[in-house]
Amino acid sequence: MTDYVLRRIAGMVVVMFIVTTIVFLISHIIPGDPAAVMLGPDATAADVAALRARLGLDAPLPLQYLDFLRSVAALRLGDSIFLSRSVTQALLERAPLTIQLTLMAAGLATLLGVPIGVLSAVKRGSVVDQVVTAFSMTAASLPSFWIGLTLIEYFAVQWHILPVAGYGPPGAGLLERLRYLVLPAIAVGVPNSALIIRFTRTSMLDVLHEDYVRTARAKGLHPATVIIKHAFRNARTQVLTVIGLTVAGLIGGAIVTETVFALPGVGNLVVSAVLRRDYPVIQGALLVISGVYVLINLGIDLLYAVLDPRVRY
Amino acid sequence: MAASNAIVTIQHRSASPAWLLLQRMVRRRVVVLSLLVLSVVIFCAVAGPWIAPYAPQRMDIAHRLAPPSASHWFGSDDFGRDVLTRCIYGARLSLTVGLLVVVVSLVCGTILGVVAGYVRRLDGLLMRVTDALMAFPDILLAIALMASLGASVSDVVIALGTVYTPRVARVARGATLVLRELQFIEAAEALGATDRRVMLVHLLPNLVSPLLVQGTFIFAAAILTEAALSFLGAGVPPTNPTWGNMIASAQQYMQQATWLILAPGLCIVLTVLSLQMVGDGLRDALDPRLRRLT
Repeated sequence: MTDYVLRRIAGMVVVMFIVTTIVFLISHIIPGDPAAVMLGPDATAADVAALRARLGLDAPLPLQYLDFLRSVAALRLGDSIFLSRSVTQALLERAPLTIQLTLMAAGLATLLGVPIGVLSAVKRGSVVDQVVTAFSMTAASLPSFWIGLTLIEYFAVQWHILPVAGYGPPGAGLLERLRYLVLPAIAVGVPNSALIIRFTRTSMLDVLHEDYVRTARAKGLHPATVIIKHAFRNARTQVLTVIGLTVAGLIGGAIVTETVFALPGVGNLVVSAVLRRDYPVIQGALLVISGVYVLINLGIDLLYAVLDPRVRY
Repeated sequence: MAASNAIVTIQHRSASPAWLLLQRMVRRRVVVLSLLVLSVVIFCAVAGPWIAPYAPQRMDIAHRLAPPSASHWFGSDDFGRDVLTRCIYGARLSLTVGLLVVVVSLVCGTILGVVAGYVRRLDGLLMRVTDALMAFPDILLAIALMASLGASVSDVVIALGTVYTPRVARVARGATLVLRELQFIEAAEALGATDRRVMLVHLLPNLVSPLLVQGTFIFAAAILTEAALSFLGAGVPPTNPTWGNMIASAQQYMQQATWLILAPGLCIVLTVLSLQMVGDGLRDALDPRLRRLT
């Protein structure tokens, strides 16, 4: 077990090293002078030269790369060009909202996806199954921003049930704030439930064909007991894997949806950084988000052993 | 079961594989419907300039935000531009981007995947690179690349091609790992075939079906991500109508003119949904093993 964990952590370090290299490459494939691109067409030559020096862009490329690796390893992400604060600070300020939104959306996608997937596997081939399949296919085809706008139109503008946008007045309590996240969480959660539904259904179908499930049924156990206690327990690990895989989709959905609902989260920060070419912020966000994704999936891999005692490392 | 198998074997001698595949796919009504929807979208995209009722940039301020009517089927936008026309031009862009992304990611991903699966020395490195690329959410990697690349159609294709190449590489590698253990590969190697020959002549033809299925799903995903890029303002310049930027600019008029959001949104959903259905149908038709399970 310890051996396996160490090996996985080593693998993670390698992946993060490559991630760092990719992030470096992305901000260095800019045609021409990045400093000039960042400051826009109105900048003076002196400003451009100053920024170039500040970002270390006048050093040779390999040296810049080493420098970048060194500061990432020391968790230094540099300063934003437009926000007059460090990238770490900007990300920390925005992170709570995005974490709340992602967790709510993940909860919704799981609560929607797992029971519906189980149901559709149990009722395989029935009308219910067909409706579920149609729903999951459609949900996977819906752009989250479009769902978001449609939800605003009905739930906020026409029926006044939930707030239109934003994150509540300053000083609002957590519960008040969460009300502002209900519609965004639906917009992010519903498309992501599609994958969970389909995976749950397939893994349940695999398990339901097993002999031990037939035995449990033959013993005269209640059908619900067979499904929940016997079949689902074995489908759990696979369902967990797919929930881990949707993390990327959830964060991606949050990035787009924060813009729709004018939520001051990490997504909003990234999008405005992209539009203003604030490269330190873009780099920082790329590193942190991919790091979170890699960590979550490592955690899930380690959870297997807890959920399924047959898994040996 | 035995009887239908026999029929399939007999047909195999007379019909081409593509024709057989199509026959198997059209057994499902949703697949037929999806193919129909896609044909309409493709027709609109190809014949756009000839069938669109107006020019995409033609403004008619007297009729701005007009609801759907006989002269404007999908209504008009805040500049009085015809929404149907702009949806048709949006289809041109979405399909072009989607198709090019499929081509780019299939070519790059197949090369990477086959080499990783067949040449053991390179496997570890290449797969860690795809792992790293897949650690970014699609849209995040795409907007970050757009920040560095520019705003032309080819920049969008490069960005999305980079995003989807690892997915193809995974599929191609997985299939290669299975195939390389089979005897016909061993036979080719025993006869002295070079690595390149084994990969091109023996492995590649056997990868066509999984890659075809993957390509269809990437087509759908690329259209969704392109729409999100345009919506965020990080796609092609707003002068070109795209489904995504039409929705973005309609946001402020949403309450007066729901059709401004509805029309391009439905275009995205119907196209993506049809592609996913066709991908599903393709997979089932190509892999008879799966049909029993699902």
